[in-house]
Amino acid sequence: MKKITRAALAATLAISGSWVSAQTLLNASYDVAREFYKDYNAAFVAHYKKTTGKDVKIDQAHGGSSAQARAVNDGLDADVVTMNTTTDVDFLASTGVVAKDWPKRFPGNASPTTSTMLFLTRNGNPKNIKDWDDLIKPGIQVIVVNPKTGGNGRMAYLAAWGYVKKKGGTDAQAAEFVGKLYKNVPVLAKGGRDATTIFLQRNIGDVLVTFESEVVSVDREFGEGKVDAVHPSISIVAENPVAIVERTVAKKGTGELAKAYLDYLYSEEAQEIAAKHALRPRSQAVLKKYSKTFKPIQLFYVNEVFGSLAEAQKVHFNDGGQFDKLYTVK
Amino acid sequence: MTALPIAAPARRRAPAKVLPGFNLTLGYTILYLSLIVLIPLSALVFKTFTLSWEQFWAAVTGPRVLASYRLTFGASFIAALVNVVFGLLVAWVLVRYDFFGKKVVDALVDLPFALPTAVAGISLTALLAGNGWVGQYLEPMGIQLAFNPNGVVIALIFIGLPFVVRTVQPVLEDAEKELEEAATCLGATRWQTFSKVIFPSIAPALLTGFAMAFARAIGEYGSVIFIAGNMPMVSEITPLIIIGKLEQYDYAGATAVAVVMLVFSFILLLIINALQAWQRRHTGAPT
Repeated sequence: MKKITRAALAATLAISGSWVSAQTLLNASYDVAREFYKDYNAAFVAHYKKTTGKDVKIDQAHGGSSAQARAVNDGLDADVVTMNTTTDVDFLASTGVVAKDWPKRFPGNASPTTSTMLFLTRNGNPKNIKDWDDLIKPGIQVIVVNPKTGGNGRMAYLAAWGYVKKKGGTDAQAAEFVGKLYKNVPVLAKGGRDATTIFLQRNIGDVLVTFESEVVSVDREFGEGKVDAVHPSISIVAENPVAIVERTVAKKGTGELAKAYLDYLYSEEAQEIAAKHALRPRSQAVLKKYSKTFKPIQLFYVNEVFGSLAEAQKVHFNDGGQFDKLYTVK
Repeated sequence: MTALPIAAPARRRAPAKVLPGFNLTLGYTILYLSLIVLIPLSALVFKTFTLSWEQFWAAVTGPRVLASYRLTFGASFIAALVNVVFGLLVAWVLVRYDFFGKKVVDALVDLPFALPTAVAGISLTALLAGNGWVGQYLEPMGIQLAFNPNGVVIALIFIGLPFVVRTVQPVLEDAEKELEEAATCLGATRWQTFSKVIFPSIAPALLTGFAMAFARAIGEYGSVIFIAGNMPMVSEITPLIIIGKLEQYDYAGATAVAVVMLVFSFILLLIINALQAWQRRHTGAPT
């Protein structure tokens, strides 16, 4: 299909006599970013035309964040990657596909937007769930993503752990808390969308722990008023990192375009588009403007509690790690 | 079931090469098998060899991994058994009876082949979950079919059915009715006719159907994942463990588990093939 559209585009250009061949750029991104990037791409194409006079065409490839990272590593010719977990870009850096110092190449740890974990409850919040402590009460069913198979699940786990630590708890207390929380989990979803389906279509569970950005898509797909968004007192900052795929841009000569594409994510206009899709903008002005969506809560970074996400991955999620112990050690 | 095992004995028995161009066909078979099956599989094995023996052992014997083997092989076995019984019934009805809409039913049997497995998983879940069409009546009775190992078995029954029906159906069609009539004339009861006349002639086909349904079930991912619930130690299938390892960028660990699965499946299929050969010799059935 892509080839056909490209060929068609080339043909139209040839016929119209315009010899400015449009450059194309492939953005490999994660599943739920589809709608955001659709809007962003339109804005960027217009912006690029206005500032440079050149036409550009953006292609999108979406999939699970780490599945996309593996695809790029194995040879998918994406010019840029826009992920929802830094480990996915770290992996590409470790194999030399993106620059080693990628977090320094763009502002804000190369993350133009962030998100956080919050709770969705049934309309009217019948079980009166206000904070993390309510999730471990007996009889509450919690829907979360399996941290083994989805970044969403890792963030939920780390947010719960960090909540205990931020309140002055020890690692042992955090482990006990998280253990109790997962005792209340009847079904572990495979990924973020799967979790939403289980909660809303299967009607299982009292509360869904998920990304803030998922609230908008829930309202869009299932109709407003089916769920209440509950902001816990403390939650985690989940960065959405971006990087240029050096291997591809060296081959295609699209380095400048790729940089312009990612730079523009930090513009006020793009930040506003992000805010509309419930992705927390870095721009304080835009954040303030949308403070109704982005309730100010105490946020902590992964680095503050866990050293780094890579470290957290090793200690908590790798085989034999803390998460496995919840289920295997009785 | 490949051309190889058949070709080898044929050669031994006929050194004078009865079949023309035998070298060519054999060569083609080996080339084709290598391209389609052996090369991808050897890539798998090579990737695994990047692990030391201890690492390999740790990767394939973790408690969650062991639990997943039990579930995957156990559920696949049960599902294949169920399919043998009910697949035979379906094939029997399709061959022996004429009824309105038979062509449609016949076509329906192939649906699990064609349907994207994820779609199958999602619709089965919608049906069997606590608020589903069927689940809402079963749940109050304490029967939970979705989000536990029961769901895994059901999904595997669904995807495995056509394998049994489609292998048994042609054999049943070819079965000579006269034999059954003769048996009846000679005073056999209906059960005797079935167990002594019909069953031996279709048993090899049934075994083949079983083996195929079983093998397919072991590798199934898409449909199971939505209905299983994916709880560690309880309802995680081995393919999910492999995906989980890939999510951690543990390529070697993932291939290690895959290799174990492959070896197990291969051994099981070998046993089934041997059973089939033994059964053929035992009954002298020509199939």
